[in-house]
Amino acid sequence: MSDAELATFVEGTTRYFETIGHQPASVGSPYLVDNGKPTVHEFTGMINIAGKRRGVVYFTASRSMLTVLLMRMGETELTEENMADLVGEVANTISGNARRDYGTDFMISVPQVTTGHADQVVLPDGARSIVIPINWRSHAAHLVVCLE
Amino acid sequence: MSVVTTASTSKDISRRFTMMICDDSNIIRRKIERELNIDRLEVVASAANGRIAVETFTRQPVDVVTMDITMPEMDGIECVKKLVQIKPDVLILVISALSDKATAIEALKSGANGFLCKPFSDWQLTEALEELLRGAQ
Repeated sequence: MSDAELATFVEGTTRYFETIGHQPASVGSPYLVDNGKPTVHEFTGMINIAGKRRGVVYFTASRSMLTVLLMRMGETELTEENMADLVGEVANTISGNARRDYGTDFMISVPQVTTGHADQVVLPDGARSIVIPINWRSHAAHLVVCLE
Repeated sequence: MSVVTTASTSKDISRRFTMMICDDSNIIRRKIERELNIDRLEVVASAANGRIAVETFTRQPVDVVTMDITMPEMDGIECVKKLVQIKPDVLILVISALSDKATAIEALKSGANGFLCKPFSDWQLTEALEELLRGAQ
C-alpha cells in the first residue's frame, strides 16, 4: 500500500471523528501486523473489499469509546446493539470514503460486526495488514487495512 | 447537488412534506430524525433496506426520501429506481459513504435529486434537505 493510499484511510478516520464526534482524533504512526493476529477491542466492524483491490478493512473500538461517541451524536439509547451498529457504521463510512481516491471499482460489503472475539476476525492469507492507531479523547481504537 | 428549481408561490412555501428514512443503520436513522430541523418536513416512516422501503412506499407514498446505498437485500440505487417508477415526483436525497463522483452521478441518473456524503453534520443535512425542498417549489 502506498503512502497516498494509506493517507486516504487516515484522512477518512480523522474526518469521521471531527464530524460525528465534534472533536478530531489523533492518528498514531501506522505499523504492519507481522504476526497475523490482529488487534481487537470489544467491538469490531468489518468490511470486505472486492473489485480492483481485495481484502478487509476493520474498525475496532472499546465500549467506552463507542459510548462517548454515541453520546456526542446525541444518541440516548446507549445499548449493546447501538454500539455494534456504530462500529459497523464507522468501518462502512471510512471504507466508502476511500472510493474518492480508489474509484468505483473499490467495492465494499455491508458491515459484519463481532464482539470481543479475535478469532472471528480473519485476514486474507498473504496480504499485508496496516494498523492505524486512533486516539480520541482518552480512548484508543484501531483501523486495520488489509488489502492484497 | 442536482435540483431543478422553479418559481415558488406563497402556497408552495407553506406546503408540508412527509418523509421516509431508509438506512440499514438504526443509529443513522435516529440521527437523521433527531437532527431534522425543518418544520414542514415530517418523518412518517423508516426502512432498514431497499426492499422494505419499496413495500412501505407502495402503501404510503411519501413526498421525500433519504436513501442509503450500501444495504442488504436491495441497495439504494435499485430502490431509487423503483420509488421513482411508483411516484415520479418523489424527492430523494441519497446519503451515502460512497464518495466517488461516479456513484453520485449514478444516483442522480437513477432519479435521485441530491447527494449527501457521510459523515454529515446536522447543518449539512438541513442544508441538503432545504435545497431539495426548494426544487419542489
